[in-house]
Amino acid sequence: MTGILSFGAYIPRMRLQRKAVVAAHEWFNPGLKAFAKGERSFANWDEDSITMAVEASRDALSGRDRSGLGALFMASTTMPFADRQNAVIVKEALNLDSDLSTLDITGSQRTGVSALIQALATASSGTAPVLCVASEKPRAKPASEAELVSGAAAAALLVGSGPVIARHVVSHSLAADFIDHFRAERRQFDYEWEARWVREEGYGKLAPRAIAAALSRAGLRPDEIDVFILPATIRGVTSSVAKQCGIRSEAVADDLAAVVGHAGTAQPLVLLAQALERAEPGQRILLVGFGSGCDVVLFERTDLQPSPGPSLGVRGWLARRKPETNYNRYLFLSGEVEFERGMRAEFDQKQPLTALWRNRRTVLGLVGGRCKETGTVQFPRSEIGVSPNSRSVGTQEDYFLAERTAKILTHTADHLTYTPDPPAYYGMIEFEEGGRMNAEFCDIDADDISVGREMRMMFRIKAQDELRGFTRYFWKAAPLGRQMGA
Amino acid sequence: MASGIKDKVAILGMGCSRFGERWDSDAESLMVEAYLEALADAGVESSAIDAAWLSVAMDYVNVGPSAIPASVALRLDNIPVTKVENYCASGTEAFRGAVYAVASGAADIALAIGVEKLKDTGYGGLPVRSRGTMFDMTGVVGSAPGNFAQLASAYQARHGLSKGDLKRAMAHVSVKSHANGAKNPKAHLRKPIDIETVLNAPIIAEPLGLFDCCGVSDGAACAIVTTPEIARSFGKHDLVTVKALQLAVSNGWELQGAGWDGSYVHTTRIAADRAYREAGIADPRRQLSLLEVHDCFSITELVTMEDLRISSEGGAVRDVLDGFFDADGPIPCQIDGGLKCFGHPIGASGLRMIYENYLQLTGRAGVRQRQDQPVLALSHNLGGMPNQNVCAIAIVGLEKA
Repeated sequence: MTGILSFGAYIPRMRLQRKAVVAAHEWFNPGLKAFAKGERSFANWDEDSITMAVEASRDALSGRDRSGLGALFMASTTMPFADRQNAVIVKEALNLDSDLSTLDITGSQRTGVSALIQALATASSGTAPVLCVASEKPRAKPASEAELVSGAAAAALLVGSGPVIARHVVSHSLAADFIDHFRAERRQFDYEWEARWVREEGYGKLAPRAIAAALSRAGLRPDEIDVFILPATIRGVTSSVAKQCGIRSEAVADDLAAVVGHAGTAQPLVLLAQALERAEPGQRILLVGFGSGCDVVLFERTDLQPSPGPSLGVRGWLARRKPETNYNRYLFLSGEVEFERGMRAEFDQKQPLTALWRNRRTVLGLVGGRCKETGTVQFPRSEIGVSPNSRSVGTQEDYFLAERTAKILTHTADHLTYTPDPPAYYGMIEFEEGGRMNAEFCDIDADDISVGREMRMMFRIKAQDELRGFTRYFWKAAPLGRQMGA
Repeated sequence: MASGIKDKVAILGMGCSRFGERWDSDAESLMVEAYLEALADAGVESSAIDAAWLSVAMDYVNVGPSAIPASVALRLDNIPVTKVENYCASGTEAFRGAVYAVASGAADIALAIGVEKLKDTGYGGLPVRSRGTMFDMTGVVGSAPGNFAQLASAYQARHGLSKGDLKRAMAHVSVKSHANGAKNPKAHLRKPIDIETVLNAPIIAEPLGLFDCCGVSDGAACAIVTTPEIARSFGKHDLVTVKALQLAVSNGWELQGAGWDGSYVHTTRIAADRAYREAGIADPRRQLSLLEVHDCFSITELVTMEDLRISSEGGAVRDVLDGFFDADGPIPCQIDGGLKCFGHPIGASGLRMIYENYLQLTGRAGVRQRQDQPVLALSHNLGGMPNQNVCAIAIVGLEKA
């Protein structure tokens, strides 16, 4: 039996209040007032589809042995790199074995579900589980509807055979060059066609056809579907498709539009993760991805409890939120407006690639060292150990720090150094089981910093080399919330 | 154990440029300004100098690589010139090179010159620069105030202080240095300030406000050293000799090991103990007459008072507020204004501190002269960050002390 072994999600902490956006733009487009309710998630300057994919994957792999994975697929239409595989950066951050098949899957907002179908196929033909992660950091032109209805999020599913919590029943794919929107190479924003046409000719005709094909192969009636997931930015689409297909209206899943927005490729998998958190044994979940055609996957929840479950899941990440009412701040952190940043921002961030390769486990994996003789943990690992009691040479073994909690030893809020999100919070932290480092703090508020404060590590952008278009990643420390307990 | 440097080398002459925003001067002309004063003070010709050390900390906008710029600017006699860089300890490092050359007998007369041209960057504060390939991948690119502000957070936690109490003691440090700097014609900042100004200043790096931070200045300072015997042969008497010269460099224990809580500077304690041993000082609180410490930030000076064993652990706040380190207190600290007000042209700073101690010991400090005859004077530099740094200590004193 192939299916879902575990799942995880990630939603950035920043939640832009839509009324702030509307207040900024209604002079220009009063029609935007129709979208003024609720909030949407957005990625901070140091988050992208890769960092979000890492966090969702960690959520899904929480408490699990990470060895023996067969493949890692990453789906996104907002991949940070066009040529430097994005999935492999996720692999390095997760410290997965190098004997692994990794793949970037992109091209339409359907690809999250397409990737899941491929992951299921790969897992069913082999013995090793496959990690499928979808992540999206959508960009939207100021004063567009997209700016109000999009959101940033990621979700990860570990699929394979064995003790699955949801059994894969059937999949069906339909390919069609139906262009509800497009974004050409080198273009920043989507170009969208009239919503009424998209709803009627696109969702209204393609989705029912693909759903009918899938149900017929599964031998199921539409009213036997318990959870129906069809993410769309156009209001009412999901319900009208459900009605058209004969799916019960109470089966239509909450689409998180009010609190997250639409996270493109990631949205179907985020909603699937949410459904898995809530679904009762035996319930059937129909997942549809739309874009350049339609993908349909049908799952049936088994009676197994997720064990171990996600550390936070959709529910936990949703609760970890920071409302943002400053529209300008959103604009700048999202890279949609240029600010005068001062000369300190001119520092050349060129990354010697030779050094990154030599130190990839230290930098991307946050791998430190532990002395085999004394047990002393340190970061980074070194030829000669740091312990004053034992200058042992060559005795260190890899020690993984990313999943360990730490406590603040020293801290500051620096208003002088350049950061896109001032002030820069940083300080020394010490890991519970030993080892310490100087770390930048992320997702933190001034009143939440004190000596002894518990922190957890997060994979983030360290700096952008704007001159050459390279992103440097490293780990930062974020406050450990009550809901984030291991 | 080595016999140490005590009384083996004497200061023949010193010089120091005016510090500040020297829009009028290149690094080269600043060096000349300090050098000519030192030559005149020493009473020797340039040709008498056997070897020289140049200290410069920042390469970003400055003299450029190698020791050649000093040799060219000062028209030295094709003698050996060595450039040294050791963060903010660079100036003392150059002095150490010159002193050791004389002590070894390799040179009769040696020169140490330090210079820094920081005001060609186009912005306030220190230049943003790489700290090495590994650091740039995993380190925190914080500002100097941000790095030192962490001393305050940890000190406050360690000693159970309220933020207000610590801020007030830190403010006293700055008010005192401004009062001293006002009397120093070569100082960068010469305006006295009151405690409210310090406490109400904008925050640079929590909890450090603007007046908790030292000036970023252009300037140069210079020392000419020789043996006491040669100094006497030049007709010098009441010599100022080197009593101790120590350097302690972090090996990663504070940042990577276990046990350091961030509330003090490990290397300062080590360097201080070694320096007192070398100088034969048993009770620094009673024996030292003057202190010039690395007051890059008010919290650094406060913590340094404990690390130098002048104040007890946790006792610096009391001593500072009691005026123990004021110009008219038992041990004046930064009687010339310190880094805070004299200024901090990094490569020159260690030499500037020794210059002030030398002037005070020889009774030539003018209106800021300490009235009780000083006997032993300590200078201290701290380069880098509290969690990884270079600490230099120089103790100079009257030959007979």
